[in-house]
Amino acid sequence: MLTLNNFDKAFENRIRLQVMSVLVANESYDFNSLKELLATTDGNLASHLKALEKEEYISVNKSFLGRKPNTKYKATEKGTSAFKKHLEALENLIKQQKG
Amino acid sequence: MENKDIYDDISSIKNIMERSTKFISLAGLSGVMAGIYALIGAGIAYMIIPQYNTISVADYDKAYTETVSGNTYHSLSVELILFVVALVILFLSIGTGILLSARKARRNNQSVWNPSSKSLANAGLLPLLTGGCFAFILYLQHHYGTIAPTCLVFYGLALVSASKYTYGDVKWLGLLEIILGLLSLMQPGYGLYFWALGFGVLHILYGTIMYFKYDRVNVK
Repeated sequence: MLTLNNFDKAFENRIRLQVMSVLVANESYDFNSLKELLATTDGNLASHLKALEKEEYISVNKSFLGRKPNTKYKATEKGTSAFKKHLEALENLIKQQKG
Repeated sequence: MENKDIYDDISSIKNIMERSTKFISLAGLSGVMAGIYALIGAGIAYMIIPQYNTISVADYDKAYTETVSGNTYHSLSVELILFVVALVILFLSIGTGILLSARKARRNNQSVWNPSSKSLANAGLLPLLTGGCFAFILYLQHHYGTIAPTCLVFYGLALVSASKYTYGDVKWLGLLEIILGLLSLMQPGYGLYFWALGFGVLHILYGTIMYFKYDRVNVK
């Protein structure tokens, strides 16, 4: 039986996992670029971002570019280490299967 | 958790990290076009610089040495035409690059002005503008012989610096441009040939390779 230790419930959803991947690899990313990259809808992305924000895995910075709202997201330290732990858990799972 | 899910998760992480940091809409064809513009420009320069069409290379070397020792032999109008030709090539190349990349981005359902292309521009712009100013100062000071090597070296540096945000192949093009620029600096009098090789031939070669490596697959 495989152990599911260290698996982060917040990353069970593929979109949330992808958002976290983008934010760990980049200093910050704005809402529209995320939407385009992940090919998702406004509502869907917003709800997953809310969930990650609630976990304090990401921080939000709202500003305006002219009249358009420009919302930028960053991975927090907590989020980055949670993401790393999740990757390690994935790695362990693969190792277990091989061994 | 299913085996397949884990591998899907991992490959989606890898894929999205790459796509979010690298601008992959850079069109190979724009490299080919830039190379063609550069060769046409070099051809015009070859025809209007009197040293290239009226005297042998050996004589040119002598003329070059005289330039270094203070005698300027270019007429003002030739310099001006060359300057305008260079500017036209620059704008045509950048314009074509943006146009073709925008087209490729649209096909990939991406926008051409996204965080990765912004990073790309940010990384490349500083060495490029520095090189532009450097070359312009050389031009003002009548050091014509070192302008071509300067363009090649700084352009190469800009490519290497920008390559972090796009295909890794760009780095190799950059390194080749730098090497060519340095070689050109050691061979005074042959600047135009090196310039044509670096901006013309290398761009066409590189663009063709990129086109077959990345773009054709997307069209299918």
